[in-house]
Amino acid sequence: MLIFFSVIVAGGFLIAFIWSVKSGQFDDKYTPSVRMLFEDKSDEKLYKNTSNKEIKN
Amino acid sequence: MVNQTESKQDKVHKCYHCGNNCNDNISINGKIFCCKGCKSTYEILENKNLCEYYKLKKQPGIKPDIFSFNKFRFLENADVASKLYDFEDNNIATLTLYIPSIHCTSCIWLLENLNTLNPGVMLSRVNFPEKKLFVKINKNIITVKQLFELLYSVGYEPLAEKPEEDKTKPSRKKLYYKIGIAGFCFGNIMLLSFPEYLSGFGLDAEYKTVFGFLNILFAIPLLYCASDYFISAYKGIRNKFINIDVPIALGLLIVFSRSLYEIISGIGAGYFDSLSGLVFFLLIGKLLQIKTYDTLNFERNYKSYLPIAVSLVTTEGIKIVPLEQIKKGNRILVRNNEIVPADCILFKGNGNIDYSFVNGESLPVEKVLGEIIYAGGKQIGSSIELEVIRDISHSYLTQLWNDETFKKEEKNKFSDFADFIGKNFTIGVFIVVFLTAIYWFPINIDRGLNAIIAVLIIACPCAFALSIPFAFGNSMKIFGRNKFYIKNINVIERLAKINRIIFDKTGTITYSNKSDVSFVGRELTQEEKDTIKSLVKNSTHPYSRVINEYLHSVKLFSSEYYKEYLGKGIAGIINEKLVKIGSMEFVYNNLPNTENSSLVYFPELDLLRFKENNSTADKDAKLINKNSSRVYLSINTEIVGYFEIKNKYKTGLRKIISELKKKFRLSVLSGDTSAERDNLEEIFGQDAEILFNRAAQEKLDYIKNLQEKNYKCLMVGDGLNDAGALKQSNVGISVVDNINSFSPACDGIMESDTLNLLPSILDFAKANLTVLKISFSFSLFYNLIGMYFAVSGMLSPLVAAVLMPISSISVVLLAIFSTNFFAKKYKLL
Repeated sequence: MLIFFSVIVAGGFLIAFIWSVKSGQFDDKYTPSVRMLFEDKSDEKLYKNTSNKEIKN
Repeated sequence: MVNQTESKQDKVHKCYHCGNNCNDNISINGKIFCCKGCKSTYEILENKNLCEYYKLKKQPGIKPDIFSFNKFRFLENADVASKLYDFEDNNIATLTLYIPSIHCTSCIWLLENLNTLNPGVMLSRVNFPEKKLFVKINKNIITVKQLFELLYSVGYEPLAEKPEEDKTKPSRKKLYYKIGIAGFCFGNIMLLSFPEYLSGFGLDAEYKTVFGFLNILFAIPLLYCASDYFISAYKGIRNKFINIDVPIALGLLIVFSRSLYEIISGIGAGYFDSLSGLVFFLLIGKLLQIKTYDTLNFERNYKSYLPIAVSLVTTEGIKIVPLEQIKKGNRILVRNNEIVPADCILFKGNGNIDYSFVNGESLPVEKVLGEIIYAGGKQIGSSIELEVIRDISHSYLTQLWNDETFKKEEKNKFSDFADFIGKNFTIGVFIVVFLTAIYWFPINIDRGLNAIIAVLIIACPCAFALSIPFAFGNSMKIFGRNKFYIKNINVIERLAKINRIIFDKTGTITYSNKSDVSFVGRELTQEEKDTIKSLVKNSTHPYSRVINEYLHSVKLFSSEYYKEYLGKGIAGIINEKLVKIGSMEFVYNNLPNTENSSLVYFPELDLLRFKENNSTADKDAKLINKNSSRVYLSINTEIVGYFEIKNKYKTGLRKIISELKKKFRLSVLSGDTSAERDNLEEIFGQDAEILFNRAAQEKLDYIKNLQEKNYKCLMVGDGLNDAGALKQSNVGISVVDNINSFSPACDGIMESDTLNLLPSILDFAKANLTVLKISFSFSLFYNLIGMYFAVSGMLSPLVAAVLMPISSISVVLLAIFSTNFFAKKYKLL
């Protein structure tokens, strides 16, 4: 029984893999690694605003 | 006490934007720039608060060209613009642009923040390895032309052509699927096989069936995963040819059927574990086989060289039309630095055509009214009006591409050596099978059958087949580190078999942008040098730039008057002197022969002669010298002398040619005139074949000729005039100054300086074959061990499962270490 379930779980992962290849995740493996290091614009503005508030206080 | 440590020289500042040296004083906000272009790019970014660009990487910018203002005018034409779209509807359009100057993190950051610069850009995403930008624009806010101008203004000029659809993409995706599935099956089968290994032989019958059944279930997808091998083996056999995939496919099939049989009939546990591991590793090797450089294009042809749109002269004025709409009889306008798109006759204007990329002539050719100008030439000078006399597809340039060599299929056989091994291996295996049969059948037919099947199972050149992509893949990476980029790993083996090398002259063994300059005339004072340099500094003409670099100045003057006469020369009033520099006619115009001249012109003899004997002078200087270009100089009324500008051979050329001479026969094919013959014979020696005035088709035929005499040819070239030869030769290498510039279809792209490594590269390629032989011997060794078990009937799944990964991994590691060893030996690593 256990084996049966583990096979299903493994199969689920396989399907996820195939889905990701299909949707183009593996077309560009390099750029996302760089992209995640960029700071978010909205975070920046928020950060600036809060630090300004602190200075005012 | 005076501080003595201050140096007298000025510190050279680096441009804040692009990192080049700053000669002039251009600055803003305390930051120094090398030119106005960099400064204005900085200002654009600063205004929009995008200075993060400079924080991610120092000096990330690219120095912008100052050439043309209306560069992207042709995009105003809706047809041309819409050809670039991937998708469009009423409001939105998406495009994928190839931007060769993408090179760092800052580039990615800036390009993905384009919507800050213009809200019409809804989405922009960079694909860094391929240097492509995917953009989604709102057509109502921004047009394609404006998008291009925006990208150009921040230094990221896109190419105005749709990037070619990557042909390897779909096969790569399919390979990923197969690897994923194979990995999945491999992992699960191994997991389910453990009980078999660990329990000895006392496994419960019930579990045995369950595990057996599951093994079969997971093994069936493997047939799909290994389909490439089956198809390739079938194709080979159908063409009566045994390639390396035949023994592999045979082995896989037999293992599969035997294991199926064993499990269903309950005899044994099957060999699915070895099978799945094998398929998985083989597929990983295949991934390496199709590896190529995404950012480079090895397939460019004349279509990417010609402009995408042309200015058509009509009764209503000048219209921009796409290239395909140009027909015979049209009148077109070609401006300075633009490329002539079709064979034409000069109708209006002064033609000064640079054919260097097309037929290798290094000097521009003057054309008069009514003369034919061929497609592919670049106009240097004022705009000219031309009448098209042949359709684009029938021009002289495209004729070359109709040669059958371009229609032939890719020189893409995986590996001759591998196929050789495959054939002999298969034969060897069948001999062993035969001998085994003879040995066992008289004794015990059953065991004999088992033994035969075991032999067929275990005998596999798989380790060897794996080592090829890994060894070659590693070599490809080593080449890449040395700035030599090959199209795929198949090139290496062809490189190893080369026995004849053919060089193009202009741009390949000479610098196309640097020249040897010498000044012939009387001695120039430093002040005069400063004056001349101040004059030529303003000009973008290639000769002006060369002279500018040649002269060292202490101080620069501003020019009170400056005028450039395109095609003739430059005149200016600098430092209260009238300085003229340019062609003979231009400089001599209205200047009498006075006692001040060091050069005297004898019109009746059509000769220039030096007045006194001068150590740097020619005796009889001929007026028109095809060997070099002369730029005459006059200051006020005196004709001071001339700058002689000659082909500059690449540094290190003599050394590599003397090394290559020893092992290969060499040839030089040039489209230029034979003026350089003496120099070339001195460098290449008497043995080399040096030919001039060779057109593109003649170069191709020359190589064909050599191949008929069984030579394996390597062609090293750079321009369109080498395109046919590059394609026809066994290996064609394109030498470029900048890997993003255009190079015709070839097997490898090499940066200019890497040419010095050519002897080492060829030695290393040969060494790769030695590595293959070593790895084959090793794999043979493992096969023999396996055969011992098989022939004696002792083969069990456990033995197979142990032997297979050990042999594969060790042979792969050996291949990688050997290639690294040879790379170090030849100083490539």
